[in-house]
Amino acid sequence: MNAPENKQQFRLVGTRPVRPDGVEKVTGKAIYSPDFVAPGMLQGAVLRSPHPHAHIRGIDTKKAEALAGVKGVVTGQDFPQAADKLVAGAESASNLRWVAQKCMAIGKVYYEGQAVAAVAATSQAIAEAALKLIEVDYEVLPHVIAIEDALAQDAPVLHDDVFTQGLAEKPAKPSNASMRFAIERGDAKAAIAGAAASFTGCFTLQPVHQGYIEPHACVAQWQADGQAQIWCSSQGHFAIRAMTAGILQIGIADIRVHPLEIGGGFGGKTTVYLEPVAMLLSKKAGRPVRLTMKRTDIFRSTGPAPGAVIDITLAAAADGTLLGTEIEFKYHGGAFPGANEVYSGVGGAVGHYRVPNASIVGWNVLSNIPTMHAYRAPGAPQINFAVESAMDELAAQLGIDPIDLRLKNIVHPGEPSASGVPLGAIGYAEALEAAKAHPHWSSPVEAGQGRGVACGFWGNYGGPSTASVKLGEDGSVLVTEGSPDIGGSRASMAIMAAETLGVAYEKVRVTIADTSSIGFSMVTGGSRTTFATGKAVIQATEGVIEQLKDRAARTWGVDVAVVTWEDGAAVHGDQRLTLAQIAAKTGTTGGPISAEAVVDPHDFLPGFGVHICDTAVDRETGHVLVKRYTVVQDVGRAIHADYVEGQMQGGAVQGIGWALNEAYVYDRSGKLDNAGFLDYRMPVASDMPMIDTVMVEVPNPAHPYGVKGVGEVPIVPPLAAVGNAVSRATGIRMHDLPISPDRVYGLLRAAE
Amino acid sequence: MSSPAYHAPETIEQAVALLAGDAGARPLAGGTDLIVQMRSGRNAPSAIVDLKRIAGLSGIRALPGGGFAIGAATACTSLKDDAALAAAWPGVVEAANLIGSVQVRNRATMAGNLCNASPAADSVPALVAAGATCLVAGPNGEREVPVEAIPASPGRTSLAPGEVVIEIRLPAQLGGDAYLRSIPRTEMDIAVVGAGVSLVLDAGGVCTSARVAIGAVAPTVVLVEAAGTALVGTRFDDAALEAAADAVRAACKPIDDKRGTAEYRTAMAGVLVKRTVRIALERAHNNQGRSQA
Repeated sequence: MNAPENKQQFRLVGTRPVRPDGVEKVTGKAIYSPDFVAPGMLQGAVLRSPHPHAHIRGIDTKKAEALAGVKGVVTGQDFPQAADKLVAGAESASNLRWVAQKCMAIGKVYYEGQAVAAVAATSQAIAEAALKLIEVDYEVLPHVIAIEDALAQDAPVLHDDVFTQGLAEKPAKPSNASMRFAIERGDAKAAIAGAAASFTGCFTLQPVHQGYIEPHACVAQWQADGQAQIWCSSQGHFAIRAMTAGILQIGIADIRVHPLEIGGGFGGKTTVYLEPVAMLLSKKAGRPVRLTMKRTDIFRSTGPAPGAVIDITLAAAADGTLLGTEIEFKYHGGAFPGANEVYSGVGGAVGHYRVPNASIVGWNVLSNIPTMHAYRAPGAPQINFAVESAMDELAAQLGIDPIDLRLKNIVHPGEPSASGVPLGAIGYAEALEAAKAHPHWSSPVEAGQGRGVACGFWGNYGGPSTASVKLGEDGSVLVTEGSPDIGGSRASMAIMAAETLGVAYEKVRVTIADTSSIGFSMVTGGSRTTFATGKAVIQATEGVIEQLKDRAARTWGVDVAVVTWEDGAAVHGDQRLTLAQIAAKTGTTGGPISAEAVVDPHDFLPGFGVHICDTAVDRETGHVLVKRYTVVQDVGRAIHADYVEGQMQGGAVQGIGWALNEAYVYDRSGKLDNAGFLDYRMPVASDMPMIDTVMVEVPNPAHPYGVKGVGEVPIVPPLAAVGNAVSRATGIRMHDLPISPDRVYGLLRAAE
Repeated sequence: MSSPAYHAPETIEQAVALLAGDAGARPLAGGTDLIVQMRSGRNAPSAIVDLKRIAGLSGIRALPGGGFAIGAATACTSLKDDAALAAAWPGVVEAANLIGSVQVRNRATMAGNLCNASPAADSVPALVAAGATCLVAGPNGEREVPVEAIPASPGRTSLAPGEVVIEIRLPAQLGGDAYLRSIPRTEMDIAVVGAGVSLVLDAGGVCTSARVAIGAVAPTVVLVEAAGTALVGTRFDDAALEAAADAVRAACKPIDDKRGTAEYRTAMAGVLVKRTVRIALERAHNNQGRSQA
């Protein structure tokens, strides 16, 4: 399965056909999570804690239950006793003990907005009125929000059974530092001491939200016989099934999860917050129950990406060769331990450069905010902001062009990756050369502006996927898969199946099936879907081609070995049977044609990006405007070019928002002060220039069409690309995000 | 769980009677503040009195002498579409068209923006600078008051029970006006600071009248008379602009909040006023050129 060298030989791969879900979406007819209606459905509402840290002495639900129209009330006491239990299915294993408490507090609340009770009623108004009748007896505890405060000697400790993992010895006392992970190689201290140039700095970032427009919502129906159905949008309905079954201690086959259209996830919809609660309400009420989060609930109770405090020293020889680095960072883990970001932060910090001597230490720090959750390249943008800012400082110190400094130090195919495994056919050097050759890089920097460049990478993933391909009697092609379509993957699957079969794109229709109708597929995350599920679709398509050739061979009375498949038809000498001709006769040649493939590939490749950013800074007000932005990325090979470019632009915009304005703001009482899109400022269209994209295609030889993951790489470099641009425009290093007008104003005045 | 009553009166008298008869009733024009407040639980009126069916409350009338009367239910977008108004009072029209998004402005009104009584209301500093008045209808008939007399404190107006703003009146334009605001993004935001300026010049370019109003730096929009005084009699040299900025900064009594620190807001008020004066000045010169031509 070598990736063909010449793009021209593909009929469909790399083209831009209309997506099959497009018309439904732009006409507002697609069914997203909050749209789904089940017959007899009740409306649910969730009571949330006003306190960031408190024991629950008791909850009195009697008045709520007595309200006319209320059909069920659920509290933490209704949840089965949750012990430590790891469940796979999402990007990392999840400990159900913590996942359950993200759905509902069990005896203690750890952050403002944590669910403490829920009601199902015949109307939304009744459900919300019933919440006001629930009496919760809180014993309010001292809270802690900021990373450094949570590590203080006298800080309130969230969990008396969480001891720092990853130390040589188990500590004597529990701690908010839930884990430490480190990579040590060579002698970083000595290398830094002897270096011609070095930069030392401390960088800080605040928690930011994934910001998907569609709220979390679900409808659950738990029947009296124990069987259940859930309708929801997620990045992986098999993960929803696994976690819901695990928390409620019921059998996998007894829950059928139906995927609905998803309105954005970005990593944030790989877990459950509502589904187990809706299930318990449905069980009590004996009817289907819908739960929908309000925006304020989403900000207060679903995973932000972690904030960070990062100390870094990076050192180079006079010619720019990197010699060593010392990094110690703390990620803002939130209420519960167990997230993966510290591992990827340590592994990804300088994984895109050759740094012979490195000491990289990461800590996860718990505090009274919602638990961090995956957000597009989880754990990478934070550490990358510090590393790429330090690279910019070294380039300036040494008088070396920032792209040349990177070219001198990048990893190449065959060299060890961050995990030690040799790198495959990566296109990092090609991406940097393309950036250097781009007119943006050679254009003069306009007066009053600054230009920044930053690089970044993401490891991507493969993992398990199932797909089946069936033929319709009229020669149409039905692809069934289990990977929710977030970024146009149905179009990509149809392109790959049609390309492989040699039929028109429009002949192929793709369905994302429920958990009982297709085999296990991991979440749409880790930039894995077009790669791994794509492999499953191609394999199943090849299985169908084998059957088609077999039917043709039988028709002609020849050995199947002499039949070839060319341009959508079986061929033997001058005989030819098209797919449609064979499909029409399946009733008399052996029955329907269908094939399934199950894959678990691990020959994925990382992706590398180079971002160039020009900013103008208003020196009187501190406002930063992004004037020009270019994203260059090794994308393997684009299957549907629009959706690859769209990922590059979307990732860049999210990263720019993180750099300039997005941040969780807590007040002194430990409450989130900006739990809405007005004061949690994501970029609006007028904030952005057209984001220029350059797809560099260095195919992955392990994929029939050369696919590499593309969705996460583009959020990694923008934080530093913007920071470097503003630093060069102002002459002041930007250490702290967001680079908001009042912060820049303060830095400019202080420098005067 | 009881929903508010909805009334759609066809005369001002009916509207006033409905408002006067129910202390919990609230008038509705565009609804872009009221409905949002009801959804979030911040406001629970017993009745809604929709002003949009009342004849004459939607639309813009030219007044004798060159002024304009803008009905209370006139959407902000319509202001932009009125060529004469947009040419005469670009600062007011631009301010009203910074509120929310396009969709919001297709519903939202300046009268609603005024009576929502937010210190950060974008149209209000521009209206105050313009010397606008409003016509208030109530149980005791109609009265005309300066726009700046309406907001009393954040979320509260000086309107008596049963009173409702039915019209905003702008005088004839004798010079030029402008409004600028400071927000972290480029749109879809709430002013961290807003500044409205209206100027009149004599034939020699000397300032004969100046009104400066600032928003989001005090409990209500503030008319800074000292800033206007600092400009009158000058040709807007740097010292005059700096004196106006000083007066504005002195008038600021902002709070520290998530949208900005008191220090930043005060500093920005000074920066914005100077920038706003320059735009208003250019417009005043252009108007002078036009009227001489």
